[in-house]
Amino acid sequence: MNPENYLILAALLFSIGSIGVLVRRNALVAFMCVELMLNACNLALVAGSQITGGLNGQVASFFVMVVAAAEVVVGLAIIVSIYKTRRSTSVDDANLLKL
Amino acid sequence: MSPMLIPLVTGAEVTFWIGAPLAVLGALGLVFSRRAVYAALSMAVAMISLAVLYASLDAPFLAMTQIIVYTGAVMMMFLFVMMMVGVDTPDSAVETLKGQRPLAILAGIGLAALLIFAIIGSITQPAATVVEANAQFGGNPQGLANLMFGRYIFVFELASALLITAAVGAMILAHRQRVTPKRDQRELAQERMAAYADKGEHPGPLPNSGVYATTNSIAAPALLPDGSIAPKSISQTLLLRGAVIDPIPLAKVTDQTFAAIEAVEEDEDE
Repeated sequence: MNPENYLILAALLFSIGSIGVLVRRNALVAFMCVELMLNACNLALVAGSQITGGLNGQVASFFVMVVAAAEVVVGLAIIVSIYKTRRSTSVDDANLLKL
Repeated sequence: MSPMLIPLVTGAEVTFWIGAPLAVLGALGLVFSRRAVYAALSMAVAMISLAVLYASLDAPFLAMTQIIVYTGAVMMMFLFVMMMVGVDTPDSAVETLKGQRPLAILAGIGLAALLIFAIIGSITQPAATVVEANAQFGGNPQGLANLMFGRYIFVFELASALLITAAVGAMILAHRQRVTPKRDQRELAQERMAAYADKGEHPGPLPNSGVYATTNSIAAPALLPDGSIAPKSISQTLLLRGAVIDPIPLAKVTDQTFAAIEAVEEDEDE
């Protein structure tokens, strides 16, 4: 199996995730798209482990998962606290600093 | 490539050509589905497909971690927050920046094209596998543990510090300070009675939803004795969603049945 295919799949998922971050207005969905991008990076790392024949890529992927879990916890807490004060999860509504 | 490896290789290939389209479909569903819950479900599909792909890439530990951490913990947390902030928070169709959506999609396609053109043909070394690396310490988790607690021990320590900080930070962020004293049951009851005295509001429980011959759904409002709809018998959430069933046709069936019964009784009287 050519590991290039996995890298191309990772690139596709990363691009779809980035489109989602740019297009979706719901903060939760945009955040899930960020998670998709992290997943795509994980796939690329695991495929990289396959290319080089070592386990370093898989360890890196594991650490990405740890950081993603921490990021989700803090990000969701921020979304919840914004929702509590603004009663909205739309990213367009968080514009208090706008002129 | 040795003939021994051919069954293994084709197995991975079959898994890839099943898992990869599913992952892409899930990702597209995440971006393009209107409702947030459908987006979350599509995301779960993409994540599980990726876990299958990890398994086919000789990374069983990561496949399990993917399912437990991502589809188990992270997606559940997303769904909890979605339930908390209201599933029906609409995704506003108003564009704050003109032409941002088509441009964003164009940029995404451009990024994909750029990455794919960079990837194609970039791997020149012969295909390797992690089979030997896995076998070195008697298994994939053992091999990962050797690296994690050996070469990457400081990264591991930092990760643990990060997790603790994130947990404390999330608690502080999501904590709400009470600015008004909590109202107890006595005060609530007094408020209800005061509202009854001032505005004539009914102090008792709300009426239940309507029960008809053809439906007893909570979306069907009850009728008052004069035939009009009791507005308080229906949940405000259902009203906002537009899921309320019109009770008048439902009640008409009952009226027709009563009329038929009465006609029979009149016939018997004669």
